Order: sequence, then structure tokens, then C-alpha cells
Amino acid sequence: MRSAAEKNITLDTTHIESDVLVIGAGGAGMYAALEAARAGASVVLADRSLIGRGGATVMAQMTVAAALGEQTPDRWEHHLSDTLVAGRGLCDERLAALLCEDGPRRLREMDDWKVGWAREGGRIKQAHAPGHDRPRCAYVDFLSTGPAVSRTLRSRLNVVDGVRRIGELLIFDIAVHNGEACGATALHLTTGRPVTIAAKVVIIATGGLTGLYRRNSASCNMGGDGYALALRAGAELIDMEFVQFFPIGHLAPRLVGMDPIMWDPFRYKLGGKLLNADMREFEEDYTTPDSRSDGRYVLTRDLATYAITKEVEAGRGSPAGGAYLSFQHVPEAEIRSAFGPVVDRLAANGIDLARQPIEVAPIAHYHMGGIRVAETMQTRVPGLYACGEAVGGANGANRLSGNAITEALVFGACAGRAAAQSASQGLLSWRPEAAHSALDLLRSAKDRDAPNLAAVVVELKKVMSEMVGPFRTGENLRAAAQAIERLKAEIGELPVSSAEKFDPVLIDWLDLRNMLLVAQSVTLSALARTESRGGHQREDYPMSDDNWTVNQIAGFSSEKIHLGRSIPSGDRTVA
Amino acid sequence: MKATLTIQRGALGEIPRVESFDVGFEPGQSVLDGLRALRSQADPTLAFRFSCINANACKECMMLIDGKVDYACTVRLKEGVTTLAPLPKKTLVRDLVTEIAPPDERL
Repeated sequence: MRSAAEKNITLDTTHIESDVLVIGAGGAGMYAALEAARAGASVVLADRSLIGRGGATVMAQMTVAAALGEQTPDRWEHHLSDTLVAGRGLCDERLAALLCEDGPRRLREMDDWKVGWAREGGRIKQAHAPGHDRPRCAYVDFLSTGPAVSRTLRSRLNVVDGVRRIGELLIFDIAVHNGEACGATALHLTTGRPVTIAAKVVIIATGGLTGLYRRNSASCNMGGDGYALALRAGAELIDMEFVQFFPIGHLAPRLVGMDPIMWDPFRYKLGGKLLNADMREFEEDYTTPDSRSDGRYVLTRDLATYAITKEVEAGRGSPAGGAYLSFQHVPEAEIRSAFGPVVDRLAANGIDLARQPIEVAPIAHYHMGGIRVAETMQTRVPGLYACGEAVGGANGANRLSGNAITEALVFGACAGRAAAQSASQGLLSWRPEAAHSALDLLRSAKDRDAPNLAAVVVELKKVMSEMVGPFRTGENLRAAAQAIERLKAEIGELPVSSAEKFDPVLIDWLDLRNMLLVAQSVTLSALARTESRGGHQREDYPMSDDNWTVNQIAGFSSEKIHLGRSIPSGDRTVA
Repeated sequence: MKATLTIQRGALGEIPRVESFDVGFEPGQSVLDGLRALRSQADPTLAFRFSCINANACKECMMLIDGKVDYACTVRLKEGVTTLAPLPKKTLVRDLVTEIAPPDERL
């Protein structure tokens, strides 16, 4: 066993200073960096991947909700009302109101920056997505919303002063001194060098945790690392049990070059029939008037997920273990006119919708829970902020479609502004000793006997998918908690390394350290909530319970997660 | 079905070595699917870049596949040998990873 130092790994630490450090360069992080720089702050925008290429925003293919009122009169209060209904009593109304009120301003700014919202007669087109009371969702054709938003923000970053972009920087610890965040510690992947960053304000914009699940619609880097960073720095998490599953994620045949949630827009525009193994439509079997149905033809996300899961359990699933989705009743010309070049991309995958059904199944899509923040996006740790999907609370127990990118832009802008203001009033409070334990952890990395950590990641995803998926029981959740403890013991307390530069083994170990803590927070929160509501469905507690109209708060001390409860924050005049 | 991935390995400054791995696959699966399976089933030290997995949105998994520059996430696995090598015109980091970040986004 040789330590990193013995292998002559360069351990010269690179040190960087800036007013504001933004961790994560998806939609929220890029917007935060732009806004902080606009307010005069110097910014480091860091991402473990390339800048503006990872995360969830770039993957999004469909809509962005905001009360623009371009084609149909609208007010942000109507959007708020829909958001609160979808959130089933658990929304932080202050955050939800901020999302809805500031959304139109952000979408118009993106329009000024030439994102290319689809237009009709000179006005921005807005689609009517489920759960909204009117057409409210802007988009970029064809299925290009996320890439267009990412490209637009990347282009802005190219022309503004004050933002230093650093890719391939894996931040694994927030530096805290006297209870205040003062920077962070990172591993630079391509050189293998440790990096410390001193900052007056640190913003976590690392997105959600759907990477904990085997099938998900996010980039590989969304294992919830920002939640673990926040917990260890002393911040709290809120509503970690609420994971949104998207019912008709692509399952088979293998489809490459496309986002797996792409079938949603197809259903909006063309209908589409969900069929079981007997080629029989089954959605109506599950539309008995109960709290899970909105009574319309298209099932809500949670009910459709339920219907497909139950059909598979009853032995009526498709060969790959989901349901068939068929557009065979739609004329070929209509498919072509609705989706243009996308039809050719499907053909390259051997898919001809006019002639064959495809297979779909629920897929982890979004996380409603996250880091607990005030209206300024500040956590309870001074100097530590969060934004985007990393923030919990705005969407309560269930997110309305179209709110995710709006949230990224609005909360990003808000955090960037607040961070710049805070930075203008303070000095760097960096102390080298605030990074000592993190640097020691990195230096203790050894090329030692260890299980295949890539296989441990696969096993964790299996545990989360099978036991902490859309439908849960106390028994399964307890088994999951035990499995997570076992995996923690397997990876050990010291990092494993295999090479100097771009070491995937060390990356897996650092990821697993975070993923296991975050998986534990989801599992324990889900076990404690003995009711069913929105994205959290307990088969042993199938009804919602008014006593549970509370948020669950998770904190971390003495190496343990502690859960508490809190009444959802009311409107802004009360707060 | 079985694919054989013949991969050029090693870090900058080392003499490159070629290693072959067999990986089972179903029709339609991508080279990136094969590489990911290979890490969890055979050799976790193999280095390659990717972020978005499916969507061809991140453009990080570019490499030399059977002598041609392409994306590992869109090229399909096939029966028989597929050769993989790092991008020839970029500075090598290790295995299939090269320095592809824009210069102003480096440390």
C-alpha cells in the first residue's frame, strides 16, 4: 500500500481567491455567476464537468413555465396558485412566489439574449402543460429548450467580465471557519492537484440527486453532491423524501442521442396510447375519481407511474419491463409536421412511430427536496447559499411541469445578486486551517485493496431504485437503510486511488462518500413520513394525512442525520 | 452478443499499451454503455469522459472509434473488435481522456 505522497503525486496545492464561488455550471450556476458579476463581484464558476455541459438544464427538452401572458392573459399569481396546488400543501410559499413573480423577467431577459423561444405571429408561443390553468410554457423547437438555454448562458459568460470559469474541478468540501463558509476544497481532475478556493460567499448550484437511481434523466454528475456539501458544512436539508418520477421515460429499444423523457411533448402534441402486454389501453383502469387523478384523459405523473408499475407487477408489462407507448394511430404526415428533424433522429435509432410502439417506464426525473434556504437563497450557514434544483421547498411534494428551468434561472439570479451584495460588505475570512481536514482526506488516498467502486455505485443505484423508488414500504426502506450502512462500511473511511491524473477510482470514492450520505437522508426521511403525498407514496400508508402537512428538516452532526419537522413557510407578508 | 473493445491506455509520457476486454451487449447499446459496463464489471481504473450518458448534449465522450473521431454515446456496439483510442490532436491526459476544455476554462 503506497500513499499518494509516496507515489510522488504532486501535492502542491493551487490556491484561488474570489468574491463569489459558484459550484456547478448548469442553468442555475451560470445565471448566478452572470448576476453576481453584473453586480460587480469577482466570480469563480466551477464545474466538475465542462462549463455549461453537465447538469440537468442541458438535458431538458421541453417547457419553461412563466406568466408571460403573450397569447393568453395571465398573471404570476395564477401560476403561483397552480404551483401551490401541485405541491400538495408543502410548498415554501415565499420561494414559490419568487419563482412565479420573477419568472417572466428572466424569460424576457433570455429572449433579449436570443435564446429563441418558439413564436407565433410575433408572440412567444406558450404550451398548455398538465397542472397549469392556461397555456404558460415557453419552449425552443424542436425539443431544444435545454441546449438553447445552456448555449445562451454560455455565450453570455463569454462576453462578460469578472467570471473566471474552471471546469474539471470536483469540489468535495466547503471550508467553514467560526461557523461561516469561507471557501472550498477541490480536486482538479485532469492534473490531480488539490485546489483551495477562498471566497466571501459560496453558492451551491449542483442540481438534484436523480443520479442515485439506475434509470434517470440527468447527467452522470447528479448524485446529490451539493446536498452532502451543505450538510457537512452545517446547513439543513428539507423534504428529501420527495423524488419526482417521470412515468414514460424511454425504456426500449435502446435510444441514443435523445433525452429519455422526450415522449412527453409527443403526447402533448399527438396523443399516444399507453398499452400493456395484451396491447390493451389501461390508463382508464386507474382513473377512478380519487386524489391521484385530475380526471382528464392524460394521467398526472404520479398516477401514470402507479398505473405502469401495477401493470408490470401484475405480469402485464412489456418485454423490457414497462408499458408500450403507441403512435400507430397517428398519420405519418402529422408526426412529421409536429417533430420535423426529430423523426430522422428516431429513424437513426431504428424507430418508426407510424409502424411500431416503443417501451416506456418510470424514470427518476427531479428532486423536490433540497437545501433549506431563506428568500435570499442563503442557508443557515452565513456565507453559504444555494440555487436551482439544489434548493428544496419551492415545489413542495410535487413539481408542476415547466417549473424546473424557471427555478434555475430565478433562483440563480437571486442567489447571484444576494451573494454579490453580501460580498461587497465583507472581507475574505479564509483561514488555511479551514481546508486542512479536506486536504488531509485527499492526501490519505491510497492504492489499496478495495471493492470495485464502480460496481458499488451500480449496487447503490439498484438499492435506491428497488427500495426507495416511487412506491415504498417500511420494510423496504429499512432494508435500504441497512444496505446503505453496509456499502458505507465497504468503501471505508479513507479514499482509494489508482492514478495521478484523471483517476476514476478516486472520483468514485469521493462521489460515493457523498451519494451514500444523501441516499441515507432520502431513505430515513421516507421511512419517517408515514403517509402518501405527491412524489412520496407509501404502500403501507396509502392515504395522505393532515398531520403530515409539515416539512421534514434534516441536519447532520456527530456523523449522524437528525430529522425534525417544521410548518411550511407561509406567504411573504407573514414570513 | 459479445463485443471486444481494444483500448489504447496509459498516461501522457508513458508508452501506450493496448488492452482488450470482452463485454456482453444487447443490440442498440452504445460504445459508452460498453465502457461503463466494463468499469463496473472488469476494470474500474479505465478513464474516459462523459456527462450526459444518452442525450449527445454534453459532447464530452468524443474519442477515436475504429480510427474515426466520433461520440461513444452514439456509436453502437457491434460483434467483433472495436478499437478505441484517445483523440489524436488533443493533449493526452490518461487512457481515453484528452485535454478538451477550452483554454480559458482550465485551471
